[in-house]
Amino acid sequence: MRALCTALVLTAAVAACKKPGNEGAGSTGSGSGPAGATPAAKQRTIGFAQVGAESAWRTAETESIRSEAAKRKITLKFSDGQGKQENQITAVRGFIAQGVDAIILAPVVETGWEPVLMEAKQAKIPVVLVDRGIKTSDESLFTTLIASDFIAEGKQAAEWLAKKTGGKAAIVELQGTPGSAPAIDRKKGFEEGLAAHPDMKIIASQSGDFRRSNGKEVMEALLKKHGKEITAVYAHNDDMALGAIQAIEESGAKPGTDVIVVSVDGTKDAFTAMVEGKLNASVECNPLLGPMAFDAAEQAITGQTLPKKTVVQDKLFDTTNAKDAIATRQY
Amino acid sequence: MMSRLSFAATAAVLVLLFGSAALLYPGFFSARVIANLFGDNAALGVAAIGLTFVILAGGIDLSVGAVLAFTSTFVATAIEHHGISPLAAVALALAIGAAFGAGMGALIHRYELPPFLVTLAGMFFARGMAFVMSLESLGIAHPLYRRAAAFGLPLGGRAALTAPALIFLAALIVGAVLLHATRFGRDVYAVGGHAPSARLLGVAVGRVKIAVHALAGACSALAGVVATLRMGSGNPAQGTGFELDAIACVVIGGTLLSGGVGSLPGTLLGVLIFGTIQIALVFDGRLNSWWSRIVIGALLLIFIVVQKLLSRAATRRARATLKETEGE
Repeated sequence: MRALCTALVLTAAVAACKKPGNEGAGSTGSGSGPAGATPAAKQRTIGFAQVGAESAWRTAETESIRSEAAKRKITLKFSDGQGKQENQITAVRGFIAQGVDAIILAPVVETGWEPVLMEAKQAKIPVVLVDRGIKTSDESLFTTLIASDFIAEGKQAAEWLAKKTGGKAAIVELQGTPGSAPAIDRKKGFEEGLAAHPDMKIIASQSGDFRRSNGKEVMEALLKKHGKEITAVYAHNDDMALGAIQAIEESGAKPGTDVIVVSVDGTKDAFTAMVEGKLNASVECNPLLGPMAFDAAEQAITGQTLPKKTVVQDKLFDTTNAKDAIATRQY
Repeated sequence: MMSRLSFAATAAVLVLLFGSAALLYPGFFSARVIANLFGDNAALGVAAIGLTFVILAGGIDLSVGAVLAFTSTFVATAIEHHGISPLAAVALALAIGAAFGAGMGALIHRYELPPFLVTLAGMFFARGMAFVMSLESLGIAHPLYRRAAAFGLPLGGRAALTAPALIFLAALIVGAVLLHATRFGRDVYAVGGHAPSARLLGVAVGRVKIAVHALAGACSALAGVVATLRMGSGNPAQGTGFELDAIACVVIGGTLLSGGVGSLPGTLLGVLIFGTIQIALVFDGRLNSWWSRIVIGALLLIFIVVQKLLSRAATRRARATLKETEGE
């Protein structure tokens, strides 16, 4: 019903879809009737500008925020930026124009947010950043950043790999989206971790844009160029690692034994690959930030000051403990 | 006649879209949302202005998004890494954009190469150069630039026209005068309508073709400058597929892809339709934002079919008149 009606001209579609209140989030009548007609009041409207749905990790993050909003009876305005900063900025400005109580933003890149966040600040709408930080000289532009320590993740991956390979490896690095905080920091942390091991060398480092298809393509090209020389792969996320695993298999080698593969995120697919022995290890990067994000938003709305960064603790899983943990994976 | 009908149809779609969004979402019908429509879609609008000229003259330019990315990265690196003053950097960027477009136009004209392929090559080249200059998004910290980025012309209430919105409006006025009130504008229509006849009428077809590409290049570069103002940074990764959005806006605005028919006010409507759909989805906050692509796709299809039917009817009418006169 919903799919069908929306395919028509948008307006008719929206009108038709709105009436049944199909999201069931308890946000009845948010469209009709003047704002503030419900005396129950205090129902928050919060906008969430997501990057996109490029990986299982991000879908899990979106789901966490959606379900937490439903649980708290918050009207969530969700916008998928389709991987583009331009769209995310439009969404944030739309949220401001709409007069939401708070904005949650998962910035696609680190720079370029100051003008729009300045606008949010002038409108006195607090902004909570999730999973990626921004570069700014003015920290008052956002309330807090809820994120994992990407540098620590990269370091953990490097240390594990050093232990596994006895400190000797020819590594291919699959980087995330150029300029994004996780790509920069996971690279940096990994290099820091390798610093103590002179025989562990990164022989190639290219971007796979956090996507499975790109991970596979880049790996195919690198396998053609370096062949058997490659003994290990370090991918900035699971999706690229899974793509690389496919490429390694297609080249006739055995991922997990001929080529050691380590990545970051700890998605369910990665756990399945670890149980199968194709992926050796994955550093968990917890995407279930919904509860923390709404806690922070609520505190900001009520005028409390928060620390500029709230670190999410991450754990490493490998083939030895993946089997026991796979059942607990929600994403 | 035909273009007027198609313009009316586009205007009706915009009014319908905006009107229903205004009815559905509280706060949608506000000066702020309208001002945002111009500010948020300024880069798209400026690029679409240049593209309108190229398409009217019977060409196409696929390098728009890549030139935008190149320019934004160029401006950011020039200011941040090479200490060039913002005004000089912007002027230089516009000159490069125009020269790049003129170069493509010259190749297209001189060797009779298909514009699609020449500008496709241009797109790859510009995108590559953007990433060669910087692999990452680069913030611009120069105080003058920051002030320009933070600037807003207050319209009352909480609405303000930002620097990008003002640039868009200025470009629109200049473009409309150039297209609809000068000899050059008439030549553009003539070349796109039928180049051989235009040549017979004494229009310098080659010069017009090169000029529209130069203009489109400059507009794409200006769109890149607008993007840096909006984000306070230059990003080599931005604007992928942007040229296709701009083409969609131009076509929805009533410009025929085969050239000769269309107008700049139409393009403005196309851009506003594009922006209205996007912002309506943000206001809704529940529908998947990818629906914007589907709606644009559907509108595009409807418009080209309607245009085809209209132009067929026009040809039939013309033939009938011709027969009548011959018969006499």
